[in-house]
Amino acid sequence: MALKLASIFFTMILVDNYVLAKFLGICPFLGVSKKLDSAVGMSLAVTFVMVVATAATWPIQMFLLTPTDAAGNLKWDMGYLQTIVFILIIAILVQLLENVLKKYIPALYKSLGVYLPLITTNCTILGVTILNIDNGYSFIEAIVCAAGAGIGFLVAMVLFSGVRRRVEQAVTPKCFEGLPITLVAAAITSLSFMGFGGIVESIFGV
Amino acid sequence: MSNENSKLKILTNGILAENPVLRLVLGTCPTLAVTTMASNGIGMGLAATFVLLCSNIVISALRKIIPDQVRIPAYISVIAGFVSVVQMLVKAFVPSLDASLGVYLPLIVVNCIILGRAEMFASKNNVLDSALDGIGMGIGFTITLTIMGSIREILGAGTWMAGLDGLLPFLPAGFKIQILPASIDPFSLMTSAPGGFFVFGILMAAAVYLTTPKAAKTAEGGEA
Repeated sequence: MALKLASIFFTMILVDNYVLAKFLGICPFLGVSKKLDSAVGMSLAVTFVMVVATAATWPIQMFLLTPTDAAGNLKWDMGYLQTIVFILIIAILVQLLENVLKKYIPALYKSLGVYLPLITTNCTILGVTILNIDNGYSFIEAIVCAAGAGIGFLVAMVLFSGVRRRVEQAVTPKCFEGLPITLVAAAITSLSFMGFGGIVESIFGV
Repeated sequence: MSNENSKLKILTNGILAENPVLRLVLGTCPTLAVTTMASNGIGMGLAATFVLLCSNIVISALRKIIPDQVRIPAYISVIAGFVSVVQMLVKAFVPSLDASLGVYLPLIVVNCIILGRAEMFASKNNVLDSALDGIGMGIGFTITLTIMGSIREILGAGTWMAGLDGLLPFLPAGFKIQILPASIDPFSLMTSAPGGFFVFGILMAAAVYLTTPKAAKTAEGGEA
């Protein structure tokens, strides 16, 4: 059990990294990775929301949209409402979180607050909640998977903010200035992550 | 006359001058993720165009009713509704596309092109203009995805338009055009993640190069 959880966790960070291997959350990856501290702030906020959103959407999918009886047969199927329900839950959750943090943990709100509204339309959150359902994970596995995805996002953002500082000082052809050369640098960063393919299977033997 | 011109301009704006992907840098996630094959790019582009058109029309029609404070949740509900419609249609009629797009189909909800156009255009303009803007942006998105898909598919797999028979049922099953001879080993890196970033970077640079006025280019060339 613990082995399987660890395997899911590290697979999400290294092999199936959301940004560099699955292309989710590219907008904040390109937008916020300019400075190290904002990259860290954004990633922590994303990780937090991912875990909370998974904890909220998994029971809703399993008990409201597609509940099963003891024998595993569907009681009723409202799976087609998944997209609408999930995005609304995430939007409400982000808003709620913002208000709660503002009231009770102002210090945390100060450091994460500006990133929270951006998170609703961050595709990693909706992506991780839907993929957890698609992969048929149990509740604990889903939470671990969400945490791994968040940490993976953090790793990619922090690594890339370092790469980016060097890229920005480099002399490039005029038409490559700004985003194009950043994307080429992202290609090389993602190439290095491809090297992790298969490493988790061989360590955990799952 | 000038009125017609401005309508045409709204329509063509999205194709190069304000191409959503290459110039506005919106909707990058599906652009990178689904363009391993040209036919996926077309399918994704058409699905997004449909959602964009419908949501632009509805949001523009409701722009005076939706209160300003709750506009983002209201927009997202409208968009999510249309995305669910598309999801059901694709599942029913093009199951092969549903399989290859996977999670990226429901993720059209959070595609920033759609919310971006709702916020930037549809909430301020009348229904006809918003519909034209939706179509123009959608076509620009579809063209970009198709070009990117073509480059990655030709270099990475040696074929072109494989899987198009899922979209167009009159084509024979297993339809594809072999571009590179099978004796050449395909450059399979292109269809995986790094290739996506790389081709996207190159295309974006090309768009900057093409839309920079010529005079400015020669001046820069002289300095260099």
